Amino acid sequence: MAQTLTETAGSLEAMTPVPYAVTAKRQDTYDTWTLELEPVDGAPIVPGPGQFNMLYAFGVGEVPISNAGNFATDDRLVHTIRAVGAVTKALCAVEIGTVVGVRGPFGNTWPIEEAKGKDVVIVAGGIGLPPLRPAIYHVLKNRKDYGRFVLLYGARTPSDMLFLDEVKSWQRDYDVDLDLTVDAGDSDWKGKVGLVTKLIPPAQFDADDARGFIVGPEIMMKFVAQELINRDLPAESIYVSMERTMRCGVGLCGHCQIGPTLVCRDGAVYTWDEVESLVAVKEL
Amino acid sequence: MKKLDAVIAESPVFAGLTQEQLEFIVGCAQNVHFEEGQKIAKAGDQADVFYLIRMGEVALDLDVPNKKSVRIDTVEAGQALGWSWLIPPYEWKYDVTATELVRAIAFDGACLRGKCDADPVLGYALLSRFSQVLVGRLQATRFRLLDIYGTDTH
Repeated sequence: MAQTLTETAGSLEAMTPVPYAVTAKRQDTYDTWTLELEPVDGAPIVPGPGQFNMLYAFGVGEVPISNAGNFATDDRLVHTIRAVGAVTKALCAVEIGTVVGVRGPFGNTWPIEEAKGKDVVIVAGGIGLPPLRPAIYHVLKNRKDYGRFVLLYGARTPSDMLFLDEVKSWQRDYDVDLDLTVDAGDSDWKGKVGLVTKLIPPAQFDADDARGFIVGPEIMMKFVAQELINRDLPAESIYVSMERTMRCGVGLCGHCQIGPTLVCRDGAVYTWDEVESLVAVKEL
Repeated sequence: MKKLDAVIAESPVFAGLTQEQLEFIVGCAQNVHFEEGQKIAKAGDQADVFYLIRMGEVALDLDVPNKKSVRIDTVEAGQALGWSWLIPPYEWKYDVTATELVRAIAFDGACLRGKCDADPVLGYALLSRFSQVLVGRLQATRFRLLDIYGTDTH
C-alpha cells in the first residue's frame, strides 16, 4: 500500500528530509541520469505509481521528481532526472555514496487497480516515460489482468529516448503494442518520424473499455488527449500527470496551484476532464 | 484484400465524394508495391503521381549539403503521400523511400489534374481534401518547431 505524506500537511515528518544514500547511478542520455537511493537508516519510503518525492541536494535546493522504480520487486527509490537547472544538475552530479534528502511520497497514484480488465493506452513524451514506469511495471507484472496494452512513446531525437532497450524488451516479452516516433531522425533511426500524436490513430484498443495515461509536456498532453478523444476515448477515461513547481509537497505553500487545485495535494494525476479547462488558461 | 474502389471510398482523403467522382478516381488508380529501401520519388522529379499507403511506411528525406540526409517525416498506412501533383510546379519536394515493404494505391495525378481543370466541382473537392493533408503537415511542423520536449529549469 502506497504511503502518502500529503495528509500529514504541516507535520514535522512531512517537511523533514530523510537521508538517503545514492547506491547506483546510470547515465541514460546526454543530459539525463537515473539514481537509485536507499535509506541511510530506518524503513524505506514506499511510493505508489504516479507519486513523487522531493529530492534535496544539500546546500543547493529541493525539486519534485517522480518515482520511476519497480515497487513490485524493489524497495529502492529510483529517480530519473534531467540536468537542466541548479538543483537537477547537482543531483545528476552526485557520486555513489553521496547522501541526499528525500521527502515523500506525495500526491496521488495512477488508477491501475481501476483499470484492471480494460485496455491500457500509455502515451509518453520525452522525459515523461519515467513517471509512467511504475504503472507499466505493474501492468506487466499482472499482464493477464489487463486487456491490450498499448505503449506509445515520442522523443525529440533517437538519442533522447529513455530506456529504449528495456522498452523493446517489454514489447518482446509482455505482448505490448509498442510504437515509437521522434521529432527528428538520424541516419541510424529506422522508425517513425513525426509527432507522438501520429501514433494514436492506428493504435488498437477498445475505446469503450480503456484507460489512457499520458505524461509529457503540457502542450503534448493536450494534443494527445484530443487525439484519444477523437478515437472516442472519453475525457474521464484519460489521465494525465500535471507538472507545476511543487515546493512544500503538502498543499501549504501554493506554488503548484492551478486554478482551484493544488497539484501536490490533489494530483499530480488528474482526469483530462478535470484539467482540460485549466490547461486552456494561459495565465495558469 | 479489399477491392480498389472500396479502399479508396473508405479513405479519409476521399471521404464524402460522389459515386461518380469516386468512379473517375478509381479509374486513375492502380495497386503498386515497393520493396524495403526502394526509392519512390526523388526531390525535383516531376510529381505526376500520388499514393494512398495501404501497408508499410515511407520516409521523406531531405539532402542537406555537406551533411547526411535528414529524415523530415514518415508516412504510414492509411495516409496520403504526395500533394505536389496538385500544386504548381508539380515537383516532389523530398526524396521518398520505402523503409519496409509498402503496398499502396498509385493515382495518376496528371490525369486527375486535367479532370480537375475540366470539372471545377471535382477540382474544388480534391483541393479542399488535399489542403487538409497540407494543413496537417504544416501544423505538425510548427508543433515540432516548439521543441515541446524541452526542459524546465529546476
